[in-house]
Amino acid sequence: MLQIRDLHVNYGAITALHGINIDVPKGSIVTLIGANGAGKSTTLRAVSGITRAQKGSIVFDGEEIVHLAPHKIVGRGLCHVPEGRMIFANLSVMENLLMGAYRRNDRKAFGGDLDYIFDIFPRLKERKAQSAGTLSGGEQQMLAIGRALMSKPRCLMLDEPSLGIAPLLVKTIFEKIVEVNKNLGITVLLVEQNANLALEISQFGYVLETGRIILSDASAKLREDPQVKECYLGG
Amino acid sequence: MIQFLQQLINGLALGSIYALIALGYTMVYGVLKFINFAHGDIYMVGAFVGLYVTPWVWKVIPPGQDPSKFNWNTTAGGLVVMLISMVVCAVLGILIERLVYRPLRNRPRLTVLITAIGVSIFLENFGQYLFGADPKSFPDILPDRTIDIGDLSIFMNQIVVFVTTIVLLVALRYIVMKTRMGTAMRALSYNTTAASLMGINNDVIIAFTFGLGSALAAAAGILNAINYPSIDPLMGILPGIKAFVAAVLGGIGNLPGAVVGGLLLGVLETMVVGYISPMYRDAIAFAALIFILLFRPNGLFGKIEKEKV
Repeated sequence: MLQIRDLHVNYGAITALHGINIDVPKGSIVTLIGANGAGKSTTLRAVSGITRAQKGSIVFDGEEIVHLAPHKIVGRGLCHVPEGRMIFANLSVMENLLMGAYRRNDRKAFGGDLDYIFDIFPRLKERKAQSAGTLSGGEQQMLAIGRALMSKPRCLMLDEPSLGIAPLLVKTIFEKIVEVNKNLGITVLLVEQNANLALEISQFGYVLETGRIILSDASAKLREDPQVKECYLGG
Repeated sequence: MIQFLQQLINGLALGSIYALIALGYTMVYGVLKFINFAHGDIYMVGAFVGLYVTPWVWKVIPPGQDPSKFNWNTTAGGLVVMLISMVVCAVLGILIERLVYRPLRNRPRLTVLITAIGVSIFLENFGQYLFGADPKSFPDILPDRTIDIGDLSIFMNQIVVFVTTIVLLVALRYIVMKTRMGTAMRALSYNTTAASLMGINNDVIIAFTFGLGSALAAAAGILNAINYPSIDPLMGILPGIKAFVAAVLGGIGNLPGAVVGGLLLGVLETMVVGYISPMYRDAIAFAALIFILLFRPNGLFGKIEKEKV
C-alpha cells in the first residue's frame, strides 16, 4: 500500500535520512523503531508532505505522492497523527473531530463515524462540547486518533502515540489501534520509542539508526534479535 | 449628563469604525502572525469605491429627492454601494495576499512586515495618482436627519453605523464560529501544520481571511464617509494605526477583543476631545498603546498560551 524508496531528507546542512526503503503492505501494522533523532518522525513528515524530501519516491496505492501538498495527500486517504498530537486546543472536541473530516463531502455519513469513534473512545463523547485544551494528555491522544479516523483514511501513520501518557491509557490506545486495524481494515505505520509494545502489535518492523535502516524483519523475529534486545528492549 | 451621553454615542459610532478595521488586523494576525499595515489603506479604497460607484447605483435605483426624509430607495442604494465596495475590497485584499504576501510566506516575519508597509505606501501614492490628492466630497447615500430624544440628538447616520456594525459582527461571528471555513480559520490560527494534516488547504483559508477582513474595512470606509463626507487617499493612515492599537488593546488575534478595543478607543478619543482638548485627539490612541504594552502586553483579552506535554 505504501512504498518508500531511497528517501533522502535534509534539514539545511544536516542530513536526517540517508535514503531509506520501507514497505507497508495493505492491512498490516508496520512499526518503525529507533532512538531519539534517528529520523522516525522525519520519515512520517516526509510521507505526509509537511517536510520536503530532497530525493526519493513515496508511492501510495500505486501513485507517486512525494511532490504533493499535505492537504492533497490527506485527500488520498493517508492520514498522519503527528508527534505531540497537535490537537486544536482552541476548538471544542467536536470541532476537532469535524476538522478531521474537512475534505469529506458525505456529511450524512459523519454521524455513523462519530458514533464509532465515541464507541472506541467513550471519554471523547463525555467531553465533546469541552474545549480540547482542557483534555488530559491521554485524552488528547485519543482525540488526535479520532480526528484522523474522521478523514476515513486507508492508511494511518501514528507518531509516538504513547509519548507522555499514563501507562494505563497507553494500553487502551494500543488496543484501539489494533482494533481499528482489524475492524476497519486500516493499514498502520507506527513510530514508537516503546519498542516492546510496538513490536507486540505489529507484523513487521524496521529499525532506524541515524537516518539509515539497519535492520528489518518480522516483528516476532526482531523481538528475539540480540541487537534489538540490547538496544531497544532493555536487555 | 447630556453631554456625557452625547459624547458616548459619538464615541461608540467612532469606535464601531475602529472595531471593524481592527477585526481585519486581528484576523490576519491570527492566521499569518503578522500585522498587515496596508489594512488601513483598504479602508480608504473602500470609501473611494463607494464614491465612484454611487452615480452608477443611483442610475439604477434613483434616490429620494428630499434628503431630510427617510426613503427606501435611498437606503437600498446606500446598501448596494456598501456591498459593492465590500466585494471590490475583498478581491483587492485577496489579490494583495496572492501577489505580495504569499511569495514571502516562508521568509522571516520582519520581511513580510516591512513589505506590508511598502504595500501601504504604494496604495496611498497610487491612490493619489488615481483619485487625485485633494479631498473629494462623498455623496449623501443615506437620508440625512437627526432624531431628538429629549436634549439628546442622534444622527440618522450614527444609527446606520450602529445597526450595520452589529449586523456585520453577528454575520462574522456566525462565519467564524459555525461554518466549516470559519472553524478551519480558527484551527489554522492555532496550528498551521496540524491544519494541513487535516486536509485544510491553508492558502485558501488565508485568502478567505484577507477577503473577509478587507470587506469589513471597506464597510468601515463607507460608514465613516457617511459621517465625515470628505475623503482623500491618505485618510486610511490614522484610522489604520488607531485600529491596530485597538486590536492590540483587545489582545491581538482575539476577535471579541478587537471589537471591545475599538469601541473603547473610540469612546476614549471622543471623551478626551469633549472634556480635555481636541488637540489630544490622536495622542490618546498612542498613549493607550504605550500603556497597554507596558502593563498588559497581551491585551485585555489576550491569554498566554500554555502547552500541554
